[in-house]
Amino acid sequence: MSSQVETFYEVMRRQGITRRSFLKYCSLTAAALGFGPAYANKIAHAMETKPRTPVIWLHGLECTCCSESFIRSAHPLAKDVVLSMISLDYDDTIMASAGHQAEAILEEIKEKYKGNYILAVEGNPPLNQDGMSCIIGGRPFSEQLKWMAEDAKAIISWGSCASWGCVQAAKPNPTQATPVHKFLGGGYDKPIIKVPGCPPIAEVMTGVITYMLTFDRIPELDRQGRPKMFYSQRIHDKCYRRPHFDAGQFVEEWDDEGARKGYCLYKVGCKGPTTYNACSTVRWNEGTSFPIQAGHGCIGCSEDGFWDKGSFYSRDTDMNAFGIEATADDIGKTAVGIVGAAAVAHAAMSAVKAAQKKGDK
Amino acid sequence: MSVLNTPNNYKMDNSGRRVVIDPVTRIEGHMRCEINVDENNVIQNAVSTGTMWRGLEVILRGRDPRDAWAFVERICGVCTGCHALASVRAVEDALDIKIPHNASLIREIMAKTLQVHDHVVHFYHLHALDWVNPVNALKADPKATSELQKLVSPHHPLSSPGYFKDIQTRVQKFVDSGQLGIFKNGYWDNPAYKLSPEADLMAVTHYLEALDFQKEVVKIHTIFGGKNPHPNYMVGGVPCAINMDGDMSAGAPINMERLNFVKARIEEARTFNTNVYVPDVIAIAAFYRNWLFGGGLSATDVMDYGAYPKVPYDKSTDQLPGGAIINGDWSKIHAVDPRDPDQVQEFVTHSWYTYPDETKGLHPWDGITEPNYELGSKTKGTRTNIVEIDESAKYSWIKSPRWRGHAVEVGPLARYILAYVHGVKYVQNQVDTSLARFNAVCRLLDPGHQDITDLKAFLGSTIGRTLARALESEYCGDMMLDDFNQLISNIKNGDTSTANTEKWEPSSWPDHAKGVGTVAAPRGALAHWIVIEKGKIKNYQCIVPTTWNGSPRDVKGNIGAFEASLMGTPMERPDEPVEVLRTLHSFDPCLACSTHVMSEEGEEMAVVKVR
Repeated sequence: MSSQVETFYEVMRRQGITRRSFLKYCSLTAAALGFGPAYANKIAHAMETKPRTPVIWLHGLECTCCSESFIRSAHPLAKDVVLSMISLDYDDTIMASAGHQAEAILEEIKEKYKGNYILAVEGNPPLNQDGMSCIIGGRPFSEQLKWMAEDAKAIISWGSCASWGCVQAAKPNPTQATPVHKFLGGGYDKPIIKVPGCPPIAEVMTGVITYMLTFDRIPELDRQGRPKMFYSQRIHDKCYRRPHFDAGQFVEEWDDEGARKGYCLYKVGCKGPTTYNACSTVRWNEGTSFPIQAGHGCIGCSEDGFWDKGSFYSRDTDMNAFGIEATADDIGKTAVGIVGAAAVAHAAMSAVKAAQKKGDK
Repeated sequence: MSVLNTPNNYKMDNSGRRVVIDPVTRIEGHMRCEINVDENNVIQNAVSTGTMWRGLEVILRGRDPRDAWAFVERICGVCTGCHALASVRAVEDALDIKIPHNASLIREIMAKTLQVHDHVVHFYHLHALDWVNPVNALKADPKATSELQKLVSPHHPLSSPGYFKDIQTRVQKFVDSGQLGIFKNGYWDNPAYKLSPEADLMAVTHYLEALDFQKEVVKIHTIFGGKNPHPNYMVGGVPCAINMDGDMSAGAPINMERLNFVKARIEEARTFNTNVYVPDVIAIAAFYRNWLFGGGLSATDVMDYGAYPKVPYDKSTDQLPGGAIINGDWSKIHAVDPRDPDQVQEFVTHSWYTYPDETKGLHPWDGITEPNYELGSKTKGTRTNIVEIDESAKYSWIKSPRWRGHAVEVGPLARYILAYVHGVKYVQNQVDTSLARFNAVCRLLDPGHQDITDLKAFLGSTIGRTLARALESEYCGDMMLDDFNQLISNIKNGDTSTANTEKWEPSSWPDHAKGVGTVAAPRGALAHWIVIEKGKIKNYQCIVPTTWNGSPRDVKGNIGAFEASLMGTPMERPDEPVEVLRTLHSFDPCLACSTHVMSEEGEEMAVVKVR
């Protein structure tokens, strides 16, 4: 390790943070990541010995909601990530320099930190019009992406644009917007971590980065390339309204009695039963709430192709049946027809239960 | 061609040295700017190019109008929610759905929350580095910074010398590490930076405070819309049902605890505006008192649709009333109607699209979107490696909207000039007080300062644009407290309704309907036009603020607001484009917003005629 490059711990100490506070931070981080207290020591050790990793954050066709979400992070705070944990050397949304001075940074980092920088990608490259529907420095964004991907240590595909294509790739995908892994193709040999969502939850984004920096490895991924720690359960599995689903108590119409009592939103289109994300556990904006708590069904924004799966208000028939143990991989193995039938059976079961209850009264 | 006189009175001379800035950073989306400077390094020609497009209107065709808000919300994640709001308003306008008063109030609170958030993040995190030099802050005396803080904002509690010393130490260590991150390759020894080290340190400190603040104020969206960015909206009202004291109130979207939470965030927003944001802008402006460049079209041609009615659906009660001011005549405000086919029209003469007759503009209900990416013969470089662009041909993915043929500026400054001329007392008081405070700080910095009294010269500048945004943030904070109090009053009177579901089912809709929804988006006038046929979207068009401001030249050669604002600005060092970035950023450009219209090459595009 170069003595010129600081470690997290050195940075934190020099900023007046006591060792006691530092260790407390480590245990909070461990807790946030869902690990036991033993991991706090590992985190502390890692942070004492590691330099700040350069991060290059590129933007293709997108809406910048991922960047906006990132700066909402409460633990860790976005300012601490940017000032003390990573070295965000290029991010055209917030960087000071522009034009030639900005482009020069890419060249420098690619060479100086060959194989040692993280490439974070927000948005995706369009392939129509010779790629010129997204121009950076007079050239197609696709060229910039390919060039910076060559020497990256790993790629983080932020959000549903980079992971799946998202809204501009919805039918008929007029720009031929292409997700990062598909654009780079099967021959690309560095890990690509998908962090889907429109946008992803702030603390999920900083959690993924913190994990990588802390343990110096990429988080365990599911078959689709998503970190299992945040994407292995459906929103339905941990939803606080789940008991109402099981009891057959549903919102039938907006602002009805059920809506006011916080009944299940499945019948008005909630995609929670088929959406893998951490919204019902981590929740949004420092745990303040999440879509279902605020009365609207989940629209499934972290799922591949969610824009083209019918209206957000039509009842979901792709739902898998019971069991919070199911993972995305398991679902992937299940035939769609069976899933559909099971969903109907699941909902019918709830209705039967509700009828029984009424009968009991 | 080297000299061209435009109908809107600009002399464009591209004979001098050409400077290219691509990417223009610290904006939303992708943009390129080219300028020509004369031998004195004064800008004599400006060319603004939108360098991305996405195509959401094409994607929306044939879909359920009730889903449209979610698609168009993803036009932009920075001004998150304003496109969703324009969309549900357009659908409700088309189907003649009137939403309950509570739903209207909740949407208003969300819209004003966005204004505060977006304006604060814009000023501190996208714009400040055009005025503020973080490296210079290292030279500051923390004690003197503390005194400056107490002078410009006596009530802000974070003002001790020790507090500023800690921040300075943190910045020093960061710089010493050699890993400069987002500050790398900045223009830190450029004389275009004018703040004292103490003012720089104060501003850097508030950069960090604002970062903490912004994540709090958006929680209002999280309460009403479930998340931020991209909270949820709904046609016919809002999805967050109210349950104050009935069964299971604790699990309801809106209960007493949730309302208290919102109230606390509103109060924080008002405090931040008054104690930090507005005083910072006035103080920074005073240091740049001799730099009143960048006005462009602002003092002469501005437009807005009007917003924030006291009484829902009654435009005459707009708290920021709309209209158009043309040719610098502040004595007359023209009425603006987004439905009138003769008023709002888009041209594509210099845009990468094609019309059957490009000499004419088209109203959005008649809009055609057919891409035509081609470069002019004087372009330097190739089709996929543009070195210098040819502005005599097509040169941008942005169309050129015009109001009755006039290029206009939109945005907080446009709204503030209109409100001032309309005689809105709150706005007049804010503007007059700010000018007085500005002059007072100027006199402290320079006892020989001659007070600036010409409002057109003061407001019609880059500084005026940045100040108007801060004042609008303050106004929105106060207005949303009124909205909140009205909401409480309604609930107290027994009205807890949040949705009108009479026309939720498409079977209740007419076969054919069309509507418009307008919003005072953070960057300016926003409108969505929709045509619904047999329950599906037949046509959807948006004209967003940056389309107005960032537009290329039109068929007659009128230049848009970005280009106009750069003309005549002197640069310290043309290779370090601090002044260009400063003025472009004062518009808060949003390129994902402005250039999302497109279709696949060769795809047949439907031409929708609606009269």
